[in-house]
Amino acid sequence: MIPVECYFALSAMLFFIGFFGFVTRRNLIAMLISVELVLNAVDINFAVFNRILYPGQLEGFFFTLFSIGVSAAESAVAIAIIINVYRNFKSDQVNSIENMKW
Amino acid sequence: MFCILAVVILGSAIMCVTTKRIMRAATFLLFVLFGVAGIYFLLDYTFLGAAQISIYAGGITMMYIFAIQLVSKRTLQGLEEHVKGSRVLVGVLAALIGFGTVMIVFFKNQLFDVMATMTEGEEVPMEQIGTALVGADKYGWVLPFEFISIFLLACIIGGIMIARNRSENTLNKGKEGKQ
Repeated sequence: MIPVECYFALSAMLFFIGFFGFVTRRNLIAMLISVELVLNAVDINFAVFNRILYPGQLEGFFFTLFSIGVSAAESAVAIAIIINVYRNFKSDQVNSIENMKW
Repeated sequence: MFCILAVVILGSAIMCVTTKRIMRAATFLLFVLFGVAGIYFLLDYTFLGAAQISIYAGGITMMYIFAIQLVSKRTLQGLEEHVKGSRVLVGVLAALIGFGTVMIVFFKNQLFDVMATMTEGEEVPMEQIGTALVGADKYGWVLPFEFISIFLLACIIGGIMIARNRSENTLNKGKEGKQ
């Protein structure tokens, strides 16, 4: 049986890889992809905590389920914003939207 | 099995954040999502794994690919992104410091020694999930369920409002933003 720490180490590594991508990348869609990595790490944590602490209940399970749904909605709205930014600025880099109103 | 999944997830995640081409990043994100679904299957949460594959790998990745195709051709060819070396260094340092902090806190506290035996999971039956999801009693989840439906509706409307073309031609009004 896999020790519990492996799951948490995996999840922490995935979280900080996503964090690194979010700090490093300058492309809006790449930053959004990094945010998805972070969200997945947290979802793993929810499911593993539920499995360890309360195997008979479903709290972490439903948190993960709702988190998947919320992140789908979040990425839909974010992609809409990015498409609109591209339509206005003709670029999808972060540097191009320094000023909010033009 | 866990080791294979961990290697796939971490390798794909590192490739995803370091590759220059945005389409390859989306493809590696797909591998990461499949790996996380495998983790859920390993934990015997098969419903979560199925939801992960269908929503994340099926829906969100498709949306990313369409957005990448719509947005920029120069980014697709990997021409435009200039990543400075100092910024990469700062990112690596910050990530390592954060990871070290988390691991030190985690192993100093011996948080899970009491219950470190992972219970041999039995699969959660579908009927239990369904009754808990729409149950209104103590362990019921009908309020978040209804809330997330309203939330998704609000996000659809917001996406249409944001991505709407505000110029005169109303030809492609509200075509983006919907999933």
